[in-house]
Amino acid sequence: MEVKLVNLTKCFSKKEGDVVAVDHLNFSIPSGKLVGLLGPSGCGKSTTLYMIAGLHRPTEGEIYFGSNEVSKFPPEKRGIGLVFQNYALYPHLTVQQNIMFPLENMKVEKKEALRRAQEMADLVGIGDLMARTPGQLSGGQQQRVAIARALVKMPEVLLLDEPLSNLDARLRLQTREEIKRIQKETGITTIFVTHDQEEAMSISDEIVVMNFGVVQQIGKPQEVYNEPANMFVAKFLGTPPINIIPAKVENGKIMMYKTEFNEKYDLNFADGTNLNIGVRPEYIKVDPKGKYKVYVEMVEYIGRDKTLIFKFDGQEKTCKAIIPSEVEVEPGTEINIDFKRCFIFDEEGKRLV
Amino acid sequence: MENQEVKKPSFLARIGNFFKTIGRKISERAAKKAGSSNKTQMLEWKKDGWKAAICLAPALLILAVFTFYPIVNTFLVSFFPSYNYLDDNFGYFAFDSYAQVLQDSTFWRAMGNTALMVIVSVPLSIIIALVITVLLNSIKKLQGFFQIIFFLPYVTNGIAFGLVFATIFSPMDYGLVNTILNAFGIDSVSWTGTARNIPYWAGIFVITVNAIWNGLAFKILVFLSGIQGIDKQYYQAAQVDATPKLRVFTRITVPLLSPMILYITITSMMGAFKSYSSVVSLFGESMGNGQNETFITAVGYIYKYFNKVTDGLPWLLSRASAAAVILFLFILVITLFQMWANKKKVHY
Ligand SMILES: Nc1ncnc2c1ncn2[C@@H]1O[C@H](COP(=O)(O)OP(=O)(O)O)[C@@H](O)[C@H]1O
Ligand SMILES: [Mg+2]
Repeated sequence: MEVKLVNLTKCFSKKEGDVVAVDHLNFSIPSGKLVGLLGPSGCGKSTTLYMIAGLHRPTEGEIYFGSNEVSKFPPEKRGIGLVFQNYALYPHLTVQQNIMFPLENMKVEKKEALRRAQEMADLVGIGDLMARTPGQLSGGQQQRVAIARALVKMPEVLLLDEPLSNLDARLRLQTREEIKRIQKETGITTIFVTHDQEEAMSISDEIVVMNFGVVQQIGKPQEVYNEPANMFVAKFLGTPPINIIPAKVENGKIMMYKTEFNEKYDLNFADGTNLNIGVRPEYIKVDPKGKYKVYVEMVEYIGRDKTLIFKFDGQEKTCKAIIPSEVEVEPGTEINIDFKRCFIFDEEGKRLV
Repeated sequence: MENQEVKKPSFLARIGNFFKTIGRKISERAAKKAGSSNKTQMLEWKKDGWKAAICLAPALLILAVFTFYPIVNTFLVSFFPSYNYLDDNFGYFAFDSYAQVLQDSTFWRAMGNTALMVIVSVPLSIIIALVITVLLNSIKKLQGFFQIIFFLPYVTNGIAFGLVFATIFSPMDYGLVNTILNAFGIDSVSWTGTARNIPYWAGIFVITVNAIWNGLAFKILVFLSGIQGIDKQYYQAAQVDATPKLRVFTRITVPLLSPMILYITITSMMGAFKSYSSVVSLFGESMGNGQNETFITAVGYIYKYFNKVTDGLPWLLSRASAAAVILFLFILVITLFQMWANKKKVHY
């Protein structure tokens, strides 16, 4: 089922004044797709999710499930499955009882409920843990129980609130794949909230990048990465993060400290304009005939590639480049580099080129 | 959820933590000791042993005089029917006191009344307290105000409490309940007092109401602190899954409160077994219907023989002791059973 948010807004009134947690959100999630809602902590992701779930009432705006406007519906009428950040499994019930809980509410016959619970448990790979209680499970297993509980009632929409944040790195990778697989198998429209850009990029059909309650960009992960709409998105996606080099227009030339920025762009800037040049570490190549002379501070080997830490003349902070490990570079020397690609942002972070 | 309020530790959790901290301190000290060399350790033990003895002495002395000695003495005295406490002469050993108690119909009436309180008023008061707690917790406006109203009896003077109760259940026509009954054309009922015409059901009803009311505030206090310690997400999850309110109560709230419920059950059962003063305050020293002792309780029975003077001397102390030992055995068996049953049910 398609989920559409129109001008969705949520204000919390606090003693210090109102907080706009979510600000006129507009986007729609195509039926059967997995959308990642990505943004730093406190940007309103959970609030958005809880509004879709019906646990928060929107201050303004509408939520459509298919053609139904549901924003006045209580949560139990929406037919959604929700996985909480810390799972909220009932600690006194066994895995089986936890998964069956929603079915019992729907008055599904006992035998049928048992069968469906077992089926769902098998799907998420915890079929042999049915008799345990959540306290006897690892984080990853608990997380799968939570997914099974959310899926067992065949919801039309599945909402996941940072479901992997409590897992260790390896389990996170593994469970990520599994969520993707389960989502593909069931074809349920899914919204996946996370603050981890790598997670969002790898799992989502489409990502929605948010900051301060405002949507920054919507698109396919690769598109958003390759063509960020603004400096926030460019900085938020990618590890190591994009290099942002402050620049200033002097005598019609863009100067990065003492180095002239020498790429093709069809824009004219007035003298004194402040700009930001964004170059992803993998967009940098070492070339003896390169346009930019930089000073190499350090070289780090990271398996297949190596990281080059360098400075432009006059720069205080360092930049990072990822280059193939065959390229010989000595720390403490000056080398020439080239940009394969770069972005130009204005002072506020709006993308120009 | 990052945006959740930091949970305030419940009242019981704080008590628990207090003991945990003490326990940790003690074991840390012990570990430090174990590290030091053997000789100095012995010395330190000796030194510490003396310190500990001195610190504990007052408490131990008081316990010994007022608790351990009476317990042991009660057991002893119960086997010496002619024990005379004036000259501490034990006399002969026999089971006469037990035989007399067990053959006494008043004793069985006392046990029956006590059992009724344990079986009826304890579960009833716990259920009422739970329901009030849940309602109290679910209202948004004026929650603090209502909390204070329910806690007031807890801090109210017992005599004031008793006076209000006496007015409500006064046997006279002006009693609150009787006024209401009269308004519906029903004759007044002798609810309380020392008169001889108190119906058994009326007396038991008043005792039950009194017991429930008396313990309600503390129970609500404990339950409320417990309920506020339950993660709100369980309720949100239940809501998303369209769980009916009653099922939320029985399947989520009650199991998650089970440690508090166990604690309250045990303490209020002990209280019910020991009930005596409330009956005296309602029906006088004779405990109901003149000399009939209709509403006598187990402790009331013990008290009666403890104070009873025959031939100018309190000869029946042995009988009171025997009754006390029998009551003790009852409580012991029931508590053990309860512990065993709850081990399977309570979720910690
Ligand atoms: N129940 C609430 N009451 C008041 N403010 C809230 C509440 N929930 C969230 N907020 C505020 O709204 C903003 C967004 O929060 P949230 O949606 O939880 O962010 P996140 O993206 O980390 O999930 C934060 O500034 C948070 O403090
Ligand atoms: Mg969140």
